[in-house]
Amino acid sequence: MIPLTDSVPAAAIASPVITEEPPSIDYAVLSPMLVVFAAGVVAVLIEAFAPAARRHSIQLGLALASVLGAFVLTVLQVGAMPDAEAGMAPEEVAGVTTAMNSVAIDRPTLFLQGTILVLSFISLLLVAERRSGESAFAAQAATVPGSEEERSHVLAGSRHTEVYPLVLFALLGMLLFPAANDFLTMFVALEVMSLPLYLLCGLARRRRLFSQEAAVKYFLLGAFSSAFFLFGIALVYGYAGSVNFADIHEAIETGGSTLFVGGTATPLLLVGIAMIAVGLLFKVGAVPFHNWKPDVYQGAPTPITALMASGVLVAAFGAMLRVFLMAFGAAVADWRPMLWVVAILTMVLAAVVAVTQRDIKRLLAYSSVVHAGFVLTAVVAATPEGLAGALFYLAAYGFTTIGAFAVITLVRTHENGPEAADISQWAGLGRTSPLLAGALALFLLAFAGIPLTSGFIGKFAVFQAAVAAGATPLVVVGVLASAVTAFFYVRIIVLMYFAEPEGAGPSVIRAGTLTGSVIGLGVAATLLLGVYPTPVLDTLLPQPVEAALEPGMATEDGFTR
Amino acid sequence: MELYGPIFVLGGIGAAFVVVSMVVGAIAGPKRYNRAKLQAYECGIEPTPQPAGGGRFTIKYYLTAMLFIVFDIEIIFLYPWAVHFDALGVFGLVAMLLFLVNVSIAYAYEWRRGGLEWA
Repeated sequence: MIPLTDSVPAAAIASPVITEEPPSIDYAVLSPMLVVFAAGVVAVLIEAFAPAARRHSIQLGLALASVLGAFVLTVLQVGAMPDAEAGMAPEEVAGVTTAMNSVAIDRPTLFLQGTILVLSFISLLLVAERRSGESAFAAQAATVPGSEEERSHVLAGSRHTEVYPLVLFALLGMLLFPAANDFLTMFVALEVMSLPLYLLCGLARRRRLFSQEAAVKYFLLGAFSSAFFLFGIALVYGYAGSVNFADIHEAIETGGSTLFVGGTATPLLLVGIAMIAVGLLFKVGAVPFHNWKPDVYQGAPTPITALMASGVLVAAFGAMLRVFLMAFGAAVADWRPMLWVVAILTMVLAAVVAVTQRDIKRLLAYSSVVHAGFVLTAVVAATPEGLAGALFYLAAYGFTTIGAFAVITLVRTHENGPEAADISQWAGLGRTSPLLAGALALFLLAFAGIPLTSGFIGKFAVFQAAVAAGATPLVVVGVLASAVTAFFYVRIIVLMYFAEPEGAGPSVIRAGTLTGSVIGLGVAATLLLGVYPTPVLDTLLPQPVEAALEPGMATEDGFTR
Repeated sequence: MELYGPIFVLGGIGAAFVVVSMVVGAIAGPKRYNRAKLQAYECGIEPTPQPAGGGRFTIKYYLTAMLFIVFDIEIIFLYPWAVHFDALGVFGLVAMLLFLVNVSIAYAYEWRRGGLEWA
């Protein structure tokens, strides 16, 4: 049993204080999130009151405009950030916290939020795409698959315009998740992000039972991991006496809250860190918490898969970086071995299992697990360089993966058929539609980390940071794993260009403006970040002034406390 | 370690109770099945709410549950505010009004989409 002091000092047990001072809320700092939230609320009202025929165009316009507006507001905030110049104290270049320190907006957060907004904008274009009056979403998801009523809804052209408010609410969660500065806000953000996604996963137009299965699996496992996360929060609160990240950091440095004598509460902290790690590792899909990913990525409507593989992954890693580098930054020696094991398992296991996959979406899901492992090496590094590498990697991977899923939406088994799931059906794509196959080949090469693509720079950045932090064995495993992944990426390329198609080969839908621009943006970002990454890397990497601080400061730098 | 003794004993008793009661029930219990016995419990709907010949799931009960959540959440947040609304001042009032507006929007959505029609 954990010994308590004989008489607990009265001040140690904080009694709730009702102040007459209202909390100061910096609305300008929160504005991107508020814009997205307001748009989501208005979108629900549109669902309730606008005529059905005009809903789709109104919703799409509102969603795109709000995401664009939020992005502009984010960029304005980056401009308002003071530049790091020689002789400035770290507090001066740091960001701000607001709403009773529950939200922290600093440079990494703004980069993450900007990335998430851009990726969501691109995903929204995919969501909006309709081909001959058919979107990727079920006409009426409440109908039983294969029933008469479903047929009548399909024939009547019913549409789920609720997709847009759901995406906006999920986006609000994604924006808040990496910005949360205490565990309660983070948990709320986690749920706001996840709940709409559970629903969205079940809305696929084709293979509806698959889709519903994916939604139920994701919901059950997600709820389970949320419970772990919440329990971990409770334990860490027991240790530190606060849910605030800065307070937890301080409590770890001083050896626990005043309730405990001489650091006897360490087990609470360790179990708490482990349980919070379970919740966060589930969201990023690291082994052994990755099992939902292939099923959900396969069953969900492909535009939603694209959103999950890009925006949600960025948000989850943003939150993870903040929790581990900032809140638990002082306990790095305790959690580093755990993440070592998880990172190695993630890279090796997922790479090996991915080789055996036949379904293209499952394959990309396993590939996403492997990439999560690569980013974890940067988390293990726990340095400003690691943070910068992880942020760059996430942005680069997000663009590429949306592009890859956009290509998947176009390749069908036959005219008006479902998406060609089995990779053998992709044989001969290089001859029938060289442009599309070329784009996918570029995305796959970027996943594999071939030079002149963004994937190479990203991998280089995270591996370099890991080596600099002394995690060389991890990097060796990472390089070997990426060699394994290169095998199955190249196999698809070989299949597309050199294999004889069975029968007529895949049928390719002409890319509409929306999907076309998504693939174009993916290609452009993949090449641009691969050939000329300097501007992005320069803004991310710690400035020389900050690097000159003593090493102890450097581990937690970048994030505002 | 001896501090945990009672917990282990209690856990053991609990596990033993489950095992014993299930085994005894399986061995000694009469097995006379009839129509009523095979039916669902008296919770209203059939366990598989799939209408014969396909069609929509009947979700009336779910809708009632959703309505309940809307008002339940509202009350949960209204109570602490009502206890301290004088101390919370104008900020608290505005925050509460904003919250009520948001909750009402969910309600309006359900009403407009026919969630209140029992048919």
